[in-house]
Amino acid sequence: MTDEKKTQIPDAQAIAEGAEVTKEMVQEYTSQNMDMDKMWITMGPQHPFSHGLWTLKIQADGEIVTDADPIVGYLHRGWEKEAENRTYPKIIPMADRLCYASSMMYTHLYCMTCEKALGIEIPEKTKYIRVMADEINRLQSHLMWLAAVGTDLGNFTAFLWASREREFWMDMNVRLCGARMTTNYPRIGGVRNDVFDIDLDMNDEEKSRFMRDIVRCCDHFDKALWDIIALIDNNSTFISRMVGTGIITREQCANLGITGPAMRGTGVDFDVRRDDPYDGYDLVDFDVPVLSAGDSYARYMIRVEEMFQATRIIRQCVDKIRSLGRSAPYRLKVPSRIPAGKTYCRIEDCRGEAAMYLVSDGTDRPYRLKVRSAIFVNVSSSRDLLMGCRIADVPVIMAMIDMCLGETDR
Amino acid sequence: MAYTSIIDWITGVYSQHGWADPIQANPYYPFGDAYNLPYDLGMKLWNIIGGAIAWLLDLLFPGNDVSTWLVCDMTNNIFALVLFMVLVFAVVFVACLISLWEERKVLGRGMDRRGTMIGMWGFLQCVADGLKTFMKDNVFSKKVDGMTYWWTVALIIGTSVLIDCMVPLSPRWFVVNYDAGLLIIMGLYALAPFFILVSGWSQNNKYSLIGGIRAAEMMISYEVPLLIIIATAALLAGSLNIGDIVMAQTKHFWYVIPMFVGFVTFMICATAESERAPFDLAEAESELVEGWQTEYGGMKWGLVMLADYLRGACSCGIIVLLFFGGWNLPFMEWTYFLGDGIASFHQNFMWWFPAPELTFLLKAWLIFFVMIAIRLGTGRVRTDSILNLGWKVFMPLSILNLVIVLIFKLFIGGVF
Amino acid sequence: MDTTIREYQDSWEAEIKSKLEDKFSGKIEVTKTETRRVYAKVLDKADIKDICKFVQDDLSFEHINCLCGVDYPAENKMQVIYEIDNYTFYRGVILELEVDVPYDDLHIETVSDIWGGANWHERETWELFGIVFDHHPRLERLLTPDTYEFFPMRKSYKLREDKR
Repeated sequence: MTDEKKTQIPDAQAIAEGAEVTKEMVQEYTSQNMDMDKMWITMGPQHPFSHGLWTLKIQADGEIVTDADPIVGYLHRGWEKEAENRTYPKIIPMADRLCYASSMMYTHLYCMTCEKALGIEIPEKTKYIRVMADEINRLQSHLMWLAAVGTDLGNFTAFLWASREREFWMDMNVRLCGARMTTNYPRIGGVRNDVFDIDLDMNDEEKSRFMRDIVRCCDHFDKALWDIIALIDNNSTFISRMVGTGIITREQCANLGITGPAMRGTGVDFDVRRDDPYDGYDLVDFDVPVLSAGDSYARYMIRVEEMFQATRIIRQCVDKIRSLGRSAPYRLKVPSRIPAGKTYCRIEDCRGEAAMYLVSDGTDRPYRLKVRSAIFVNVSSSRDLLMGCRIADVPVIMAMIDMCLGETDR
Repeated sequence: MAYTSIIDWITGVYSQHGWADPIQANPYYPFGDAYNLPYDLGMKLWNIIGGAIAWLLDLLFPGNDVSTWLVCDMTNNIFALVLFMVLVFAVVFVACLISLWEERKVLGRGMDRRGTMIGMWGFLQCVADGLKTFMKDNVFSKKVDGMTYWWTVALIIGTSVLIDCMVPLSPRWFVVNYDAGLLIIMGLYALAPFFILVSGWSQNNKYSLIGGIRAAEMMISYEVPLLIIIATAALLAGSLNIGDIVMAQTKHFWYVIPMFVGFVTFMICATAESERAPFDLAEAESELVEGWQTEYGGMKWGLVMLADYLRGACSCGIIVLLFFGGWNLPFMEWTYFLGDGIASFHQNFMWWFPAPELTFLLKAWLIFFVMIAIRLGTGRVRTDSILNLGWKVFMPLSILNLVIVLIFKLFIGGVF
Repeated sequence: MDTTIREYQDSWEAEIKSKLEDKFSGKIEVTKTETRRVYAKVLDKADIKDICKFVQDDLSFEHINCLCGVDYPAENKMQVIYEIDNYTFYRGVILELEVDVPYDDLHIETVSDIWGGANWHERETWELFGIVFDHHPRLERLLTPDTYEFFPMRKSYKLREDKR
């Protein structure tokens, strides 16, 4: 799309009024517009594939995509500016609204950044509670992604099955913190409420029904996920759409800044949870799935494997919390002012690496709070992901990024 | 026969030998030697309706010509044909609505939900949706190419209704009984993608255009194996007449046995041909919004969707006719209902009961169930793989099917 | 660039510190090291490109995690912060570079040709702070409308409710 001055041919009215059209003019006009076979197709902001309010402009040569230009910003709320005008605790519910599907993660990240800036160590039980809550969040976010992949691939069964499984984890969220989506659960220095305070067994203070049910959910989910895997993995219509599409290499991926499952699908063996552990992640045992194919199917496999790992982590956390017991503290009292300094903290979000950069100046409000959103960077690389694929593959490839506009536009 | 009174008219025509033989009593009978149930029903209906009107007019204006005209043979025939058309369409329409309801219910159950729930186990939801689309505002873009935009809807729904009416439900429930009946149906069936292409072009919308082009691509790659298999079935039966093909299956065995490869191929090709999932890439909603239907709203969209289901029902009908013995059960003809000639069918008490027609429709709905199951478990196929499938898999398979049938015909020829 | 993956060792931060200070003595100042964190201050913004190239090529920091601006109106300057991440040789270590950009010359060289991931971060920093990244391939507004004529994240831009 260049802005060069192009030859204009007089229109019918001008010709009727006596304008001349020479053969040379017509030839020049046609040669300048030779790429008429390539057309720009605007997908979004209202488009079934976009899963939110954003636009993807693709240039298509027939069915082949030759260029792509993502446009975001429809949801820009000035989150960072707003945060500069709020006291520290007031930002916690705002952090929920960064991403509706991974609200727990962002709130956790924000609280963690503040704790690091304050230089305090949270109690051990809180670490496990946060890890457990994070993994519940990861599960329901990944299940929503799986549902979206189903519709993007043209199948509604996968959508409803994944949504059904997601409901269990949403219910767990409700019981843990009273909300399905915007959880508002972590606090600076701990979490809002102890897991032992929920659905307490009246006969035994140490037995929480919530903990019992979460293990049951894990047991059920480990079996139920195989249904969905059997539906998708044993089915060549799904596999043929995912294998070999949207390929990027390891070097491209690292350079473009793609993080999360998309990155591990290209062979980058890196996970913040393992390689830069935060909170309780160095105390639990889990595997980081890594595949080197770099296509959509690898990203799909990584996410599915992460779901199994998530239940594994949840089980460990439940055991640890049980052994720590009801009497262990779950929240610290923290000062409302954070001393001057700069803190950078990162977390393995469901979609990639989320990070916050906090500049504090000793007052009760942040001087600057920058949010590094995983999708903001991932979607900026969509041109490299989409080059040379077919129009039909665009929703599938973009589904593997798992768009969430709240955190992208902030 | 001048009109005197309704009593005279009824007794004059029918009192001698019960219900009149429609072929013997009607010099303008349009179906030759074959008995046609919907025409007969139409004729009898008109005899009652027209007779009643004529009688009323005669009470008011005794001895008028209109009363005479209303019950003369020619008028009887014309109005019987009108009622015949209404009847044939109504049956097709209701059958299509039932398959729509079946799809919604089966899809719902497969997806672990309930499907439609409004009235009659959810059947009335289809009616409610139809009424809703009727009442929608007629919204259309100013930039569309008017003539093609409007006419293609009419042509798509028109051809779809036409082919669905052309599928005979039984030897007595048909519209035309051609020797090349199957070819005519397939010929009209293949017309719709042209309209889709033109319609996608006329809408001045990139999604529609891509959808239209995809429809054309699919048509090219799936028409050929479809026609080869039809020709194979005709070769096996020795005729392109639908009745002959069904009779040949009843006498020997269903053609799904020798032509199993052909059946599977035909099933998938027919799914693609009627643009059902997983081959619905002309209206792939995840990338093309609604594909070639993007600019159609309200009743236009409703008609287009109805056409989709009509075409799906037609594919199922053709599959039943070609592979599953049509309206007959194995080794069993419905002689009680169908008779072996004109003279005998009135002798039976329940001659009017549509048992063969219902058999046919039930089989078609069973086939449709398989199509729904396919939709339940598959994702959308991509354009390039659909072309690959069409030319590199289904085309050789249909040829293989032909070879198998030829071997049957040559070496075990006694059966055929 | 060595791409062998190693387990974390305590000596890494000191190693990175010495490598940086050997190569760019007088141009860079490593202010602080923590577990898996190296904080450095680039003294002259003109050197940022060379340092980033060295960090990417020789220290195998192949991924830019975050790039952001901070406004310091009291000191008449802005800062650009680079959070650079390592996947291989120093896996899990973040190198934080800090560059001052004075108000009277809000220009800095782009690093989006070194790390493609910096592209949108730079666009965002430009539109929110007005820091111009020279030789950026496409410095256009990303999140805010094209009609904006101010830089909303600067401290001089007050929200209506802001009474501070």
